[in-house]
Amino acid sequence: MTKFPRGKTAIVGAALFGGRGAPGYDPDEIAGIAARDALFDAGLTPADVDGLFVTHSNDAFGGGLQLAQYLGIEPIVADNSRTGGNVFQSYLERAAWLLDAGLINVALITYGSNQASATGKLTSSRKPFAYEAPYKPLNPITSYALAAARHMHEFGTTKEQLGHVAIAARSWAALNPDAANREQLSMDEYMGARIICDPLGKLDCCLVTDGGGAIVMTRMDRAKDLRSKPVSVLGATSRTTHDQIMGMPDLTTTGLAECGKRAFTDAGLGPNDIDVLELYDAFTINTILFLEDLGFCPKGEGGRFVEDGRIAVGGSLPVNTNGGGLSCMHPGMYGLFTIIEAVRQLRGECGDRQVNGAKTALAQGNGGLLSSQAVAIMAVD
Amino acid sequence: MTEVSSDGGPNAQYAKFLAEGRFMIQRGKKSGKAVFYPRAYAPGTGEELEWVEASGKGTVYSTTVVRKKPPTPDYNIALIELEEGPRLTSRVEGVEAADVKIGMAVNAQIIDGEEGPLLVFIPAGD
Repeated sequence: MTKFPRGKTAIVGAALFGGRGAPGYDPDEIAGIAARDALFDAGLTPADVDGLFVTHSNDAFGGGLQLAQYLGIEPIVADNSRTGGNVFQSYLERAAWLLDAGLINVALITYGSNQASATGKLTSSRKPFAYEAPYKPLNPITSYALAAARHMHEFGTTKEQLGHVAIAARSWAALNPDAANREQLSMDEYMGARIICDPLGKLDCCLVTDGGGAIVMTRMDRAKDLRSKPVSVLGATSRTTHDQIMGMPDLTTTGLAECGKRAFTDAGLGPNDIDVLELYDAFTINTILFLEDLGFCPKGEGGRFVEDGRIAVGGSLPVNTNGGGLSCMHPGMYGLFTIIEAVRQLRGECGDRQVNGAKTALAQGNGGLLSSQAVAIMAVD
Repeated sequence: MTEVSSDGGPNAQYAKFLAEGRFMIQRGKKSGKAVFYPRAYAPGTGEELEWVEASGKGTVYSTTVVRKKPPTPDYNIALIELEEGPRLTSRVEGVEAADVKIGMAVNAQIIDGEEGPLLVFIPAGD
């Protein structure tokens, strides 16, 4: 198999729009504005884009074409995959290969959502599954609750340990002016929150916000001539293990256990080399599972690993430095936002929450019900 | 070439068995490996499958309580690992939702659900 084009491509533009609320905007407008701003950030315009990679939470047939028309472009690659919130890391992976092969020259990866102002809840066009729907799961939370319950059973993970994940995320959000929830969170407040699906309660769940984002990628040789500091792509991988939670091979191990290793091999790095870690924390259990599966701690130790503020502000491993899906923003699919925060950290643009001297970052994406996983490892000189 | 069955696809066949009060699963004709949910061939290998009566015995692999605002009662959702191997989503009845525990032995039961016959599980007892 051909080796991943390590360091051959770069993220040259990144932008956010509407995370604090964008009432009156539709998803294509939100994505379209983020896209223009990311292109300008790179010193490019829509006309430079020949690879368009876009997914919204509520896409229907023809998804992506509307945005191409909005941007006024005629892409030669137009991708509208719907594996879930991991799709943005998978797009980055695909774009790196396509750029390196010379099929495209400028890739735009974007997402927009107005779910909070339009519906006030998570929007999804997921089709009900005949062997699950009659039992009325409150998905996605029911499936993540089943994974959390199993993790507690097998490894003795506690509710307080889940709480440490939520408290750590909030500690970072408190430093981020763009975060939705910036009040520090106490363990008492966490433990007192209403339970929705045992063991997960309201404060174990991500926010429901609006928001869009975009990143722009090109080959490294061209990236060097552009406006922004290029963020080099060292490795990117994906793996899908199941759709419904009943099909998950092992409820305490995700596809990251395999594709994370592959990404580290591609990048020539290991967990100890990562300065900033951005995980897809749709629920508190995610952070614990993903820390384990990516090799930051042994399987089963994730709960103990997050105790004592290890991943909070001032801890030894900076995780979800924007406040994450739990406390910063979560417009329905969050994978792109882990990449954008990683890029901003590597460019040194993060103000009070800046991780000093950050040179390497890992941004992870999770899709569906722990179903699809993807990883991107990035670095700056 | 694969023939079209007059009983419809495996999903329709399963539903028909369930309506007759039978919990049927599939197994590989050569490997004997059990498969659930119903498929036209074994996942991964493509092996031919045949229907067999499930033992109905299983163990709770994971469990949660969906909390509702009173007066709507809370309810259970569980992943059951069948004695034959496959795991499925269901609920455990005949016990408080919060008293369903991982590792609990359970037996299958077909009840009248809101939308037709429904597979649930009850504690196996001693």
